[in-house]
Amino acid sequence: MKPDIAWQRNDYSRVPFWLHHDEGIYALEMERIFRGPAWSYLCLEAEIPNACDFRTTWVGDTPVIVSRAKDGVIHAFVNRCSHRGAMIVRELRGNAERLVCLYHRWCYSNAGELTGLPFRKGIKGEGGMPEEFDMKAVSPQRLKVANYHGMLFGTFSDRAETIEAYLGEFGTGMVRRFLSRPIRILGYSRQRIAGNWKLYAENLRDTYHASLLHEFFVTYGVDRATQKGGVKMDARHRHNMNHAYAASDTDEDAKAAYADTAARLDRMQLRDKKLLHYKNEFPDGMNLATPTFFPNALLIQINNTIGTRQIRPKGPGAHEVFQTLFGYADDDEAMTRHRLISANLVGPAGFVSMEDGEAIEVIQKATRSSPEGCEVIEMGGRGEVRDLAHRVTETPIRGFWSYWAELMGVEPAGGIR
Amino acid sequence: MNVSLETRELLTALMAEYAMAIDEDRLEDWVELFAEDCDYRVVTRENVEQGLPNVLMWCDNKDMLRDRVDSYRNVNEYNLHYDRHILGPLRFISEKDGAWTFDVSYSLFQTTLEGESRLFSVGRYRIEARLEGSAARLKTVAVIADTGLVPSLLATPI
Repeated sequence: MKPDIAWQRNDYSRVPFWLHHDEGIYALEMERIFRGPAWSYLCLEAEIPNACDFRTTWVGDTPVIVSRAKDGVIHAFVNRCSHRGAMIVRELRGNAERLVCLYHRWCYSNAGELTGLPFRKGIKGEGGMPEEFDMKAVSPQRLKVANYHGMLFGTFSDRAETIEAYLGEFGTGMVRRFLSRPIRILGYSRQRIAGNWKLYAENLRDTYHASLLHEFFVTYGVDRATQKGGVKMDARHRHNMNHAYAASDTDEDAKAAYADTAARLDRMQLRDKKLLHYKNEFPDGMNLATPTFFPNALLIQINNTIGTRQIRPKGPGAHEVFQTLFGYADDDEAMTRHRLISANLVGPAGFVSMEDGEAIEVIQKATRSSPEGCEVIEMGGRGEVRDLAHRVTETPIRGFWSYWAELMGVEPAGGIR
Repeated sequence: MNVSLETRELLTALMAEYAMAIDEDRLEDWVELFAEDCDYRVVTRENVEQGLPNVLMWCDNKDMLRDRVDSYRNVNEYNLHYDRHILGPLRFISEKDGAWTFDVSYSLFQTTLEGESRLFSVGRYRIEARLEGSAARLKTVAVIADTGLVPSLLATPI
């Protein structure tokens, strides 16, 4: 099936609203992107440190088990019993030598192989499975797993590139930056946003909105578009990063730039400034970095709050944002406390993130009734997609759509990449 | 445990005002129910049961609460809504030097400006409150939300 998308422009500076609402598009995304040659983020290796540890996750809307076998090898396979399709593991995580489906007690190894089932040979010579029944042939579908410096990715496709090629020089460098030392998981947060998953993907590629929607950034000087920073992408423009360098602009620059906005640059002060305290812990000096990986992941650093987010599509009209915060294994108690205080900035209740949920929901609400309407994506220019050393841009959104269109098989004639 | 009727009434009234202050959008009054050295945090049952310290919101003194409220009033954008808290009875745990520890179940509904209501969060408060004469002040409020999957976003406090 090839959906008929009437792209108005081949540089994706116009994107039809209906792509966020259509069941057919959603089903095709699950097939061609999430079960296609993209690498999806699964979880962190640190979440399954011991033999026989497992946890459940999602790749698109497919439930997946990630587990570590006795020999230490990490496996990922579909969380769906070979027999009648029940979810094999219902817990979020655990440790077990074998995984047993509750319905008819079919048993699976940590590698996801069907290893046994009750009454296979019948009872007293009666019933049972046919002699030639091949357990291996019906085992749950497996994902190819890549462990890149402790960040686990999976793909269903044999055609996928190596993880190094997929992430590119930019992506591999960023994963190594965040996971350069052993980590300690601090916990999770979840948010269900009533909007299409691609609206979240766009949001992550839109550095233009950051200091406007998230007024907290500007009001309290956490991040201003006048700071040194920019957008970086991989060569295929499917991944991206918005970043900024701490204390790299002046108050005068910022006041001039934000003069025509509602921003309150010097009207407000925090009573307790420890919320914004930043202890530099990366050699590159960045205090804000959000490398985002197509289709479902990002690493996030806002000051000393560090973690991952995973996008879990839940039908065309909703997605879950699953956030995992971590610190480093050598953090002392004071540093852990500092990371948690600074966690007030991020997540579903974050001072600089709560607005995203609302912005996405009001897009979903308002665009449903406009199938002929389009997003206008021109900030930062049209045509070629490239890295920029400033942040007055939303160009990476066009990069996202170009790779989305390639995987979906719906590129316009002469579509840029 | 043995709790005098007077204490029970005082702390029940404190919780009623806690809920109503939020529901009536009197967040400044809500802040005033706390002691200066208070601790307010919103955590999820999922993290608590795994022994993980992550917070959705954490103010470890009253100034941080004031900053949250100021930010809602002047800086942040969020879903426009009304809150409605329904509280269960107080279950008393312990008392030490005039500080009472108790649990209260809550459900919090949100209603849009067009009148559509939904269950927003359900969970339990673990409260520590101090009695000072005939007044009661909140020392710690831990919101332990069963609803770990936050609908839309969490702005106004639970």
